[in-house]
Order: sequence, then structure tokens, then C-alpha cells
Amino acid sequence: MVAYIVRRVIGAVLLLAITTMVTFGIFFLVPRLAGQTTDQIAAQYVGRDPSPEEITLTKRRLGLDDPLVVQYGRFVKGLVAGTDYSYGPNTEFCPPPCFGYSFKYQRAVWPDLVDRFPVTLSLAVGAAAIWLVAGVAIGVLSALRKGTVFDRAAMITALAGVSLPIFFTGLLTLAFIRPEGVVFVPFTENPPAWAGNLLLPWVTLAFLFAAGYARLTRATMLETVGEDYIRTARAKGLPERTVIGKHALRATMTPTLTMFGLDLGLLLGGAVLTESTYSLPGLGKYAVDAIRQNDLPQILGVTTLAAFFIVVANLVVDLLYAVVDPRVRLG
Amino acid sequence: MTVEITRPDAPDAFVAVRDLRVHFPTEDGLVRSVDGLSFRLDRGRTLGIVGESGSGKSVTSLAVLGLHNRRTARISGEIWLDGEELVAAPPERVRALRGKKMAMIFQDPLSSMHPYYTVGAQIVEAYRIHNDVSRKVARKHAIEMLGRVGIPQPARRVDDYPHQFSGGMRQRAMIAMALSCDPELLIADEPTTALDVTVQAQILDLIRDLQRDFDTAVIVITHDLGVVAELADDVLVMYAGRAVEYGGADDLFERPEHPYAWGLLGSMPRLDREPAERLLPIRGTPPSLINVPPGCAFHPRCAYCELTGGLSTTEVPPLTETAGGHLVACHLAPEKRREIWENDVRPTLESR
Ligand SMILES: Nc1ncnc2c1ncn2[C@@H]1O[C@H](COP(=O)(O)OP(=O)(O)OP(=O)(O)O)[C@@H](O)[C@H]1O
Ligand code: SF4
Ligand SMILES: [Mg+2]
Repeated sequence: MVAYIVRRVIGAVLLLAITTMVTFGIFFLVPRLAGQTTDQIAAQYVGRDPSPEEITLTKRRLGLDDPLVVQYGRFVKGLVAGTDYSYGPNTEFCPPPCFGYSFKYQRAVWPDLVDRFPVTLSLAVGAAAIWLVAGVAIGVLSALRKGTVFDRAAMITALAGVSLPIFFTGLLTLAFIRPEGVVFVPFTENPPAWAGNLLLPWVTLAFLFAAGYARLTRATMLETVGEDYIRTARAKGLPERTVIGKHALRATMTPTLTMFGLDLGLLLGGAVLTESTYSLPGLGKYAVDAIRQNDLPQILGVTTLAAFFIVVANLVVDLLYAVVDPRVRLG
Repeated sequence: MTVEITRPDAPDAFVAVRDLRVHFPTEDGLVRSVDGLSFRLDRGRTLGIVGESGSGKSVTSLAVLGLHNRRTARISGEIWLDGEELVAAPPERVRALRGKKMAMIFQDPLSSMHPYYTVGAQIVEAYRIHNDVSRKVARKHAIEMLGRVGIPQPARRVDDYPHQFSGGMRQRAMIAMALSCDPELLIADEPTTALDVTVQAQILDLIRDLQRDFDTAVIVITHDLGVVAELADDVLVMYAGRAVEYGGADDLFERPEHPYAWGLLGSMPRLDREPAERLLPIRGTPPSLINVPPGCAFHPRCAYCELTGGLSTTEVPPLTETAGGHLVACHLAPEKRREIWENDVRPTLESR
């Protein structure tokens, strides 16, 4: 067990290192390979219609003419130890984790990310909880009532879920269910208001995913009820609800977890769309705004954070595997 | 003389199955997996049910435990357990008996145990359904049972998962689980098929010892006559969902009368010979259970079919008493059968 955890954590750390390289590469290497000059890159760090002086200044400040390795080193150093940014005559220390400094808004990126993180986290966790519970429940019922009207209706609804885009269902719910719109109330301030406002975005986002889990659970259940160990459970004299609710359901946890791990990236994408649709001030909306403004440090910061989030979430999923499946835990 | 199944017809037996039929309606037609089977069994005795693959052995045992899906299986006939009829009983009643009064050991001990729960947890669960005791007491009982079936260091192994056990140990654990509530009827469906020969012998010894200690009625299902010879008091030979020969184990091994039983004896592997040297391999393949051959279901494969003047292909031979409770379903006259056995089959069997 310990060996397994250590292996996974080391793996995650390595993955994080690679992640920073890839993100860095996307923002600093790829533009160069695509033939952009450092002037053009620097231009993206200042406002619209920058003057040549501003560009030269920015280029110097950012060290864009330094070798890439040095730049990467600076990027990583910022993340772990913080770094100095000079703006005009002033030098500002950007404390770790320094995810960059927006010259357009003259502020570090990280505090903004921290501000918005609770919104996205609330959205993602709530939606995930809803789709897991609803998806698994519907899947189990469908399997038990295979071929009935309920089964068919559930599977058709599920199909609608995967096919309808978020902004469509989102706008529909906004128009018909909550025309006054939703606001974000932090959980720590007022939990009922937090949940009440987020319910609609949760359901909208969950609807997109629940379908897959319902189908997966249904298929796994149908397969599992034919297993020998289910027959054994019945032979022991267990009541049917225990046979299904405990023994059979237990077997659906591993594939569900696997699918969940794969869906985490999509979840983030879904959160971006949901936040935009409902105008929630989360990381997704931040990213969209940053792209609109063409503010490279903000984009870089939020991308790096998203990548980190996915790596860490996958680590959690891997560790949960060990909890769920003793064969993983005990090698 | 045609005696209608006299032996199993007495409900004074601990277990009595009468005219059991288990049919499965499928898209290809009605599968008659068990088609008019009767037998009886007393406490402390062992019945061996033998037959080729697909002859309906497992379907029979699942029917006794009430484990068939009532939506896909059509079951008729009577199954009496200690004076209680089970086919018509409410499912909830049968469930309450399952695991307590009657228990089962399955063929593949790996797939038959839940991979995500410890061996101990699975035994504790089995015990606690039928006994209102604390987890702690049940756990003690589980450890005791594991020790009883010969698992070394049971107090430590109780928290292992099935995949940490060897095949033989898993089957022992299954037996411990099945016996945890002191069942009065134990059905072992191919309990040793998945195990290697040495372990097989150990498991058979174990079942025999436990049976003696608990005075359990045991049904052992197998296609291996060696297992039957080892354990059974009575033997039921099944073919295409019916009994073709039924009698005491001594009778059956000494004076088998059904040509199919001769075939089974002939194809019994002998440890001192090459498997290829089997004397009387049964020709042909097991019959379809949807279009069961008319008359004697065995006739397409029987070497003596012609000796019955066409009866074999037109009329189902009834299970008839030949001597001292020994029942055979064959149109050949009993004297003729005994003659063939003594003069023809037996010498070849013994000379190999
Ligand atoms: N649920 C079912 N639906 C349809 N047919 C079934 C079903 N269960 C069993 N059968 C059929 O009934 C027949 C008897 O099966 P059974 O499992 O009793 O054989 P068996 O004697 O135990 O053979 P084996 O030695 O291979 O275990 C087989 O042909 C099988 O295909
Ligand atoms: S009834 Fe006929 S076919 Fe059937 S076993 Fe007897 S001799 Fe063979
Ligand atoms: Mg079988």
C-alpha cells in the first residue's frame, strides 16, 4: 500500500514537472517555432497598439531574448520561489506560487486565480456529485428493469444528455427556470444560498456527464449479476437488496472511477462553458476573458493551474483505486 | 414389471425431489434442462449425481436452492426438504432456508468469492444473516470455521482477500462459508474440478470428515466417477435431464445396468493408464436439450439400441426397479443387461 502511494506520488510530481514544460513550451516555444519574433511575443504582454518603446521595455523585463532554458528556469523559479517583476520605476515581488504578472492590469495573476478558484471548485464538485449519484442510480435501476419503459426512457434521456451542448441547456434553464440569473455566494458565508444558486449550473453540467455513467453502470450491473460471486451471495441467503445494493454495486465502482479519472479534463472544459453561460466569476470565465483580452500571463497562469488541477485530481483517483480494489492495494 | 418410481416417492425422506422439471424458454426453443427427475436423500448420507456436461446437474442443484431466476426458468414438480415443499413456497421462505438449512459449494472457488471483500467478511456475512450475533462473535466463529477446514493460522488469514489464497485454500474457505450456519443439506457442485489432484483428495477427505461430524446430507455433483466412488452412498446417473440409473454406490459400481453408465465407467480415467487407453469412450455427443431424441434419449449413441426391437427409438424407457432398490431406465430386459455386463462389458473393463 505504502509503496503504491509513494509510486503514484512520485509519478504525479514527475507529471507536474512535464506539465510545466509543456505549458511553457506552448506559450514560449511554439510561437517561436511558428516564426514569431520576440517583438511580436512581447507585444502580447502589453496593451493594445503598443509603442515600440513599450515593446522593447517589456522584452527586456521578461528576458524574452534569453535562451529558452533560462526562461524556463525563471518560470519554474517563479512557481516555487517567487520572482521580481519591474513595472515602470517600481519592482514588485510576486510571491510564490507566482503564476505570472499581468502587465495590462498591473497585478499578479495568482491572487485572481485564488479568488475565482472557489467558484470553479464548487461548480465542479457539486456537478460531479450529482452526476455520479444520479448516473449510478439510474444505471442500476435500468439494469434491474432491463427492457422496461423506465429503462428505455432513461437511456433516451441519457442520450439527450450527451448530445445537447451546455450553452443550449444552460440558456434554456436560464430562460424558463431562473430568469433572474444566478450569483455566486461563497459556501462559508451562506451554504443554502450557495447551493440554491449553484443548483441549476450543477444540474446543467451534470446532465452532460450523468448519461455516460448511467450507461456504464447499467452495462456493468448487467454483467455483474451473472457473476459466480453474485450467485454465492444469493446462495448464502442474502436478501436481494443486499445482493444488488452491496455485492453487485461494489463491482461497478472500479469502472466508474476509471471513467471519472478520464472525465476530469472534460469536467474542466464543461465548467468553463457553464461559467460563461451563467456568468459565474470562476476560472473558466477568467480564462475566456483573458483570451478575449489577449492577456498572455493570465492565460498562461490559468492554463498551468488547470493542468495542475488535473494532475492532482488524477492522483486522487489513483489513490482511490487502492481503496476500492484490494487487488491494487496488495499488488 | 413396471414400478413407477417407488424409491423417491416417500416424503418421509429428509430430501425428496419428485418429478422435477426445469425448462428454459429461449429464442431457439424450449430447453428441457431437467425433465422429470426424482430422488431422495437421508441425513448423514451422500448422493452422487453424475453425468456428462449439460446433463442438467447444476440446473438441478440450483433448483433445490431456489436460485433460478423465476422469470427465465419454468419449474414444476416437488422439492421436499425436511417435510417442507420448496417449489411452491414463497421465495422469501426459500431465501430464509438458503445458507442456513441448505448450503452450496460451487465449482470455481476463485470466481465464487467476491474479490472486493475479505474471506472473513464473507463468512461473517453468511453467518450473520441467519444468526443474530455481534460482528465480534461472528468473526470468532469465522476464524473457528477456517481453522476447522484446515486453514493454517486462521486468525491471521481471516483478513486476507480471496486472491491471496491458493485454489485449494479458497475452496476450503468456501466450504467454511457454506458450513458456517450448520446446514443440514450441503450441495457440492463439482467441488474439486478446478483443483489439482492432491488438493482434490484433501478436499474430498474434508467434505467426508465434516459430513460425519455434522451429520449433514450431502449431494455431490460431478462428472468424475472417482469422486463418486470416494464419497457417495447412492448414485444417480443423469442423461439429458433425466435419471437413467439410480441405486446404491456398490450396486452401481459392481452391477451397472445402463449402457450409458457402462460408458461412463469405461471413460473413467485410471491413474495407472494413459488417458488415451480408455476402453469404451461414449460415441457421439450429448443430445440437444431442445430437440431431445425421441424414445430413449441415449439411443443415437447406444451400441445396444437394435436389441430392443425398435422400442428404444419410439418409447421413453421408464425408470424401473431391477433389484433391491436399483433403478434403471432401459428397454433391454434386466437379464439381458446383466448378461451383457457380465460377459461383455465387465471383462473388457477389467482387462484394460
Ligand atoms: N438459464 C438458462 N437458460 C437456458 N439454458 C440453460 C440455462 N441454464 C442452463 N441451461 C442449459 O441447461 C443444460 C444443463 O445445464 P447444467 O449446467 O445443469 O449442466 P451440467 O450437467 O451441470 O453440466 P457441467 O458438467 O458442464 O456443469 C445446458 O445445456 C445449459 O445450456
Ligand atoms: S433403451 Fe435402448 S437405446 Fe436406451 S440405453 Fe437401453 S438399449 Fe440403449
Ligand atoms: Mg454444472
